[in-house]
Amino acid sequence: MHLLGSSFVVSILVVGGLGLGFAVMLAIASKKFAVKEDPMVEKVLACLPQTNCGACGYAGCHTLAEKLVLKEAPITSCLAGGQEVADSLAEVFGVGAQKATRVIAVVLCGGGEAETEKNAVYIGDRTCAAANLTGGEKSCTYACLGYGDCVDACEFDAMDMNSNGLPVIFYDKCIGCGACARACPRDIIEMHPEWRKLFVFCKNKDKGAVAKKICKVSCVACTLCVKDCEVPGGIEMKDNLAVIDYEICPQNDIPAKRCPTECILYGEPEKMTRDGFYAGRFHKASGG
Amino acid sequence: MKIILIFISAALINNFVLAYFLGLCPFLGVSKRSDTALNMGLATTFVTTLTAVITWLINRYLLERYNLLFLQNVTFILAIAALVQLVEMFIKKTSIALYRSLGIYLPLITTNCIVLGLALFAVIREYTFIESVFFGAGAGVGFTIALVIMSGIREELEFADVPEVLRGAPITLLMAGMLALAFMGFAGLLSV
Repeated sequence: MHLLGSSFVVSILVVGGLGLGFAVMLAIASKKFAVKEDPMVEKVLACLPQTNCGACGYAGCHTLAEKLVLKEAPITSCLAGGQEVADSLAEVFGVGAQKATRVIAVVLCGGGEAETEKNAVYIGDRTCAAANLTGGEKSCTYACLGYGDCVDACEFDAMDMNSNGLPVIFYDKCIGCGACARACPRDIIEMHPEWRKLFVFCKNKDKGAVAKKICKVSCVACTLCVKDCEVPGGIEMKDNLAVIDYEICPQNDIPAKRCPTECILYGEPEKMTRDGFYAGRFHKASGG
Repeated sequence: MKIILIFISAALINNFVLAYFLGLCPFLGVSKRSDTALNMGLATTFVTTLTAVITWLINRYLLERYNLLFLQNVTFILAIAALVQLVEMFIKKTSIALYRSLGIYLPLITTNCIVLGLALFAVIREYTFIESVFFGAGAGVGFTIALVIMSGIREELEFADVPEVLRGAPITLLMAGMLALAFMGFAGLLSV
């Protein structure tokens, strides 16, 4: 009885003592390794969408929240949240509301299966990243590869491939995170502020004669648009490709009107995809 | 010589993950990216080594002296939990990004079977203090090796055309099984 009693007491002492010892150690450690967290960060984080899409350029929503609290990022930084988040952030910070510029993705290639030719057969992983290593199946080596890496990258179901093998963006769902632009190995998808209306739907840098041969809607470097742009230098030829300088080029449809291959277009990118724009254009282009 | 054998044995031949199938939760949970996997492995190695030290001391100077060997499980778990808390605070202080990428798996080192397993194995096998430390470090290194290899495979799998039914957990478990088979090849290396 006495033995049982002593072992009973010793057990309690040992376990209790160990617990106490560790508790003291942790208490000291927690003081020493204390990390100060600004309560504002939590509040700001609650306003953000928490999708960690990375469109703002920071590692995730938490990092952006920290930068916002430190005033190192503007309250319109969150592209995914748009105006709604900017407004709620303005409320948290107690500053006036600011207008968020909406950024959207634009697919700058019109060379679908109808416009280009297949001059190779690709058998391998059905991803653009892999196919790009081989040059792809199409006659144009700058064209959309058509395996939909951008569609896979889109977290917001705002993209799909159309029957012509080109990606279509649903602008009611696109929040401008830029994931598709990063996923595209050929940099065909670009992020543009909403106010831009004039686009060159081609990335081909081949000489005019070659470009014309391999795709019906390619930029053939005819320089008509360079002359048509009302501001000199607004559109320039760089590597046989028309490049628009959005800083100075006025957004009107004059350059688009005379483009012989219709690769320069003017209008809302939103309408271009929604109203079966691509399909209509193909028909016209192939009909001559 | 014996400590080297113990170390290699714990790391490769009797790899805790691939031979004993302990610690599968973080093995599957944190093996998506190789940099996170490596950091998780290092954190676990730190915990396993320290655990080997502390549990050996507790066992020798408290439990054996007072004839309280039946308290092994309780006291070992207590020590492990405290250690993991300490590691958590340390990582949070030194690298907040790593702290977030490890997420729930960091506190879950507490419940990693490898840690308790090695403490109990060391007692059963009557290792000396130094042997016990190397056993703990070897267990951690073995876990790190398994985790990093697995994460490398899974990063490659991202680009593979996996049949739909096998996507996600099924293909990962198949890979783990094959990796375990490959590690069985170490069985002939030496015997401890």
